[in-house]
Amino acid sequence: MSRKPYIREISKTNWFFSQPRYMRYMAREVTCIFILVYTILLIFALKNLAQGPEAYAGFLEALNSPLGILFNLAALVAAVYHSTSWFNVTPQAMPIQRGEEFVPGHIIVGAHYGGWAVISLIMLFLGV
Amino acid sequence: MSERQIQLEVLRYNPETDSEPRFQTYSVPCLNEWVVLDALNYVKDNLDTTLSYRWSCHMAVCGSCGMMVNGEPKLACKAFIHEYGDQIRVEPLANFPIERDLVTVVEDFIAKLASVKPYLIPKEDKPVSAGEFKQTPAQLLTFKQYTLCINCMLCYAACPQYGLVPEFIGPAAIALAHRYNQDSRDGGRDQRQEVIASHEGVWECSFVGACSEVCPKHVDPAGALQQVKVASTIDWYKEHLMPWVKK
Repeated sequence: MSRKPYIREISKTNWFFSQPRYMRYMAREVTCIFILVYTILLIFALKNLAQGPEAYAGFLEALNSPLGILFNLAALVAAVYHSTSWFNVTPQAMPIQRGEEFVPGHIIVGAHYGGWAVISLIMLFLGV
Repeated sequence: MSERQIQLEVLRYNPETDSEPRFQTYSVPCLNEWVVLDALNYVKDNLDTTLSYRWSCHMAVCGSCGMMVNGEPKLACKAFIHEYGDQIRVEPLANFPIERDLVTVVEDFIAKLASVKPYLIPKEDKPVSAGEFKQTPAQLLTFKQYTLCINCMLCYAACPQYGLVPEFIGPAAIALAHRYNQDSRDGGRDQRQEVIASHEGVWECSFVGACSEVCPKHVDPAGALQQVKVASTIDWYKEHLMPWVKK
């Protein structure tokens, strides 16, 4: 008897709509676009800073527009989602074994949140 | 024992007569304690003897009855009727070609599994008279969860990357390679790295994590793949930045 296997085609463009878990994954991936744009913005900030106080003041003023504030807010939300979604999977990628036990995952995740809080406080302290 | 009438929609495909699969609905009187596999067995025994599907142990050990239940990769023997409504849709495992009805073509997975050498390759030959290879409980714990894999292929059905890039070695095979790499008695890592540290190996994985979510044995293939990525990256840095350091 000859075989005739049937192959179910998968859409290359909208496969991720089929499952909520694929949507969550795509959301995590899409957040990096905001982080990319924000990084480019930071490079512009440095460029303006190097050109002198006037150029930098102009840059800050441009950021103060509704569009600038909206983008910064969106980038903040995206960066938080990106960071937390990665923090939450760190025990899978970096399990720590101590003798005959694994360090509980919530401690590894918690350490990342703790590190994040400390770095944020230092940045806040330096910035004020 | 309460009984419930379930509409079981089954994707049928007969390679001899059909050009494409089609759904067929069976009305099955199910006991609330049943699993989807019981409902399929009822169909086979009482309603339609032509229905084809794989199963063996009925206790989530053999890994034969993997299928899509309401779009989710499940072992039919572990998918309880009481967790579903009155309509249950059963399809062959996603990402695999359909051989007939719920039976899929699994040669691709079998070949990939063999390619990662999922068996102990001792560091050195030792005569039996020299005694056993000893292992401490801590050394066992390092890889123990991966030994629970039953090769049911649910992780492949859940992995969008495998669906889009069929060359991908995939979750279970790489997790099993990792299991032997982590084994203190094993010396075969270099041989396995050639396969799993390649582009079609771990680097095709983008950590969707679906494989670990659907695993019926609570193995964490996604974690194994990320650990292989970390170890392979360290290998690369050692080789290029510290060539004098032996692996």
